[in-house]
Amino acid sequence: MTRKITFAEAIREALYQAMEADENVIVFGLGVDDPKAIFGTTAGLQQRYGRDRVFDMPTSENAMTGVGIGAALNGIRPIMVHQRLDFFLLAMDQLVNGAAKWHFMFGGQGKVPITIRLIMGRGWGQGPTHSQNLQAWFAHIPGLKVVMPATAEDAKGLLLESIYDNNPVIFLEHRWLHNTTSEVSEKAERIPLGKARKVREGSDVTLIAMSFMVVEAIHAAEFLANNGISCEIIDLRTLVPLDWPMVFESVAKTGRVLALDTGMTTGSFAGEIITRIVNECWGVLLYAPQRLAMPDYPEGTSFSLTANYHVRAEHIAAKIGQMFGRTLDTTSLVANRTYPHDVPGDWFSGPF
Amino acid sequence: MHPVTTTDDLSVQLLHGMKRIRLVEECIAERYSEGNMRCPTHLSIGQEAAAMGVGLALSHSDLAVSTHRAHAHYLAKGGDLQAMIAEIYGKAAGCSRGRGGSMHLIDTKVGFMGSTAIVGNSIPVGVGLALSLQLRKSSAVSVIFCGDGSIEEGVFYESVNFAAVRKLPVLFVCENNFYSVYSHLRVRQPVGRKIYKMVEGLGVPSNLVDGNNPKAVYQAAETAINRIRKGSGPFFLELSTYRWREHCGPNYDNDIGYRTEEEFQEWKNKDPIVHFEQNLLSKGVLNFSTLKRMEYELQNEIQAVFNFAEKAPYPEPQEAFQGIFCRNDANS
Repeated sequence: MTRKITFAEAIREALYQAMEADENVIVFGLGVDDPKAIFGTTAGLQQRYGRDRVFDMPTSENAMTGVGIGAALNGIRPIMVHQRLDFFLLAMDQLVNGAAKWHFMFGGQGKVPITIRLIMGRGWGQGPTHSQNLQAWFAHIPGLKVVMPATAEDAKGLLLESIYDNNPVIFLEHRWLHNTTSEVSEKAERIPLGKARKVREGSDVTLIAMSFMVVEAIHAAEFLANNGISCEIIDLRTLVPLDWPMVFESVAKTGRVLALDTGMTTGSFAGEIITRIVNECWGVLLYAPQRLAMPDYPEGTSFSLTANYHVRAEHIAAKIGQMFGRTLDTTSLVANRTYPHDVPGDWFSGPF
Repeated sequence: MHPVTTTDDLSVQLLHGMKRIRLVEECIAERYSEGNMRCPTHLSIGQEAAAMGVGLALSHSDLAVSTHRAHAHYLAKGGDLQAMIAEIYGKAAGCSRGRGGSMHLIDTKVGFMGSTAIVGNSIPVGVGLALSLQLRKSSAVSVIFCGDGSIEEGVFYESVNFAAVRKLPVLFVCENNFYSVYSHLRVRQPVGRKIYKMVEGLGVPSNLVDGNNPKAVYQAAETAINRIRKGSGPFFLELSTYRWREHCGPNYDNDIGYRTEEEFQEWKNKDPIVHFEQNLLSKGVLNFSTLKRMEYELQNEIQAVFNFAEKAPYPEPQEAFQGIFCRNDANS
């Protein structure tokens, strides 16, 4: 049985089902038991599973990551959550020198099955230090798995799989997705890491996206279909491991590729996608692979400073038009958005 | 390590353990220049009493983590000597299959859960191990070996704070050898500060003990561990001691100018092994021939281990590209 629920509700359901199934699963993070309950994703967990297994923590991101590692080494499956990824930057020693390397560094002894939920903000003045999408950092570190769901269904299935994975998993939630809905199974169905999802079949160009960029890609593809360009959309779902066969197969079919990224342009994960495609698919390419990512500037806070900052459907459509030597009038894509540019929809009225 | 029946047995075990660490490390120092131990190596010579005094107060079900200077802690906890030396030689039979070297030792069979190289890195890991013990309602404790340098890392305060908040079963053992690499404590922390007093201010009871007195260390550790096992929460033990050799490597370095020969001699006169040994001989706990036999047997053991490690095969070069992730069908 499936029913339509939000991304945030899907996360909460995954946490409940994992805690119900395995008493070794614990959840901690600043605010997991406060009235806001991490945007509702941890609501009621402590009442049900107790203060030992669900607990608020000191404002000590680095040590608490190490605490998760230590507990994981002795059979616990910790889920740590940060309301913004940016705070987790204080924990890079424990993540990079510890969690990521432990299993390898000790010759295969010990494992660190920790899931770290990081929420990435955007708009409404989140500004330079509440809006970073650093998936390329995490993907660069051998030993970390990196998950970036775009739908409620994937959020649930991939979170469950992440919790039961024997390795550290960085689980990246885009704040603008929390209120999106999709059909989600009531059961604790896991989705394997490393399997991308074909969002839309197409024949002219492959759009490769993750997380919130999938939403923009869908809007762009609908517009482009009306303009005679058929887009195939691949939602990567997980960056590490990555479903290269699906990517290469699609590029072999279309010969054109646009990689989309929620992170900054230089050193972006989209750059890695393009490198691999150039190396593996050179002979079938009909056009130089392109990418669209955020500018190499921090996100400014003011309403005006974000007006032209992010990659949106109209930019994607224009870029693809360019790849076909066409100049497309994208004003309808802009006009379709009836809410201000710095919110994901009418449901969001801040503060974060 | 082993059940201790009488005070005399305990003394002999302390001496045996300290001598074993000393002789192992002297052998490393002697052979390091041969160029077959190709990794940074930090010796604990001079600090053996701190390790053995705590090690003997623990059982194998207790868990421990340590630092870059971990040989003594690993051995004191009961870690496999041959696997440690093979690891320093980078061999497949090493405790970390050659992936970690001297700074990354592990022997989970005896509860030595790992030593790591970045200062302060293993401190929260030890606190997390304590959390797992508390969640399981285990009577075991987690012991964190750290140094005076790690007291300057933010993660130390974060870790002590959380251990205090949750009343976790954890013993912090800080070996204060007064140097972080070549920087003396007086340029790193305010003159006159007592580390253990400061930690008390964080809400964790503490004690300062002569780290060169093995019996005093053992008694302090045992008392602290008994408290912790009863659920009283974390405890902090500061052990003052001294590193005889250079920060990293096999040599003496009193000539390079960061410390004086006089200071070194002062501490060398407080050699934890020599004093303890003379004491046991004079009290008749140990006679001279027993002592010589102990030394002879240790030398034989150590020679055999080094010979094994030298001859043991390296891991296949291909292993560099294997095992980055733990398989998901591995037993939990």
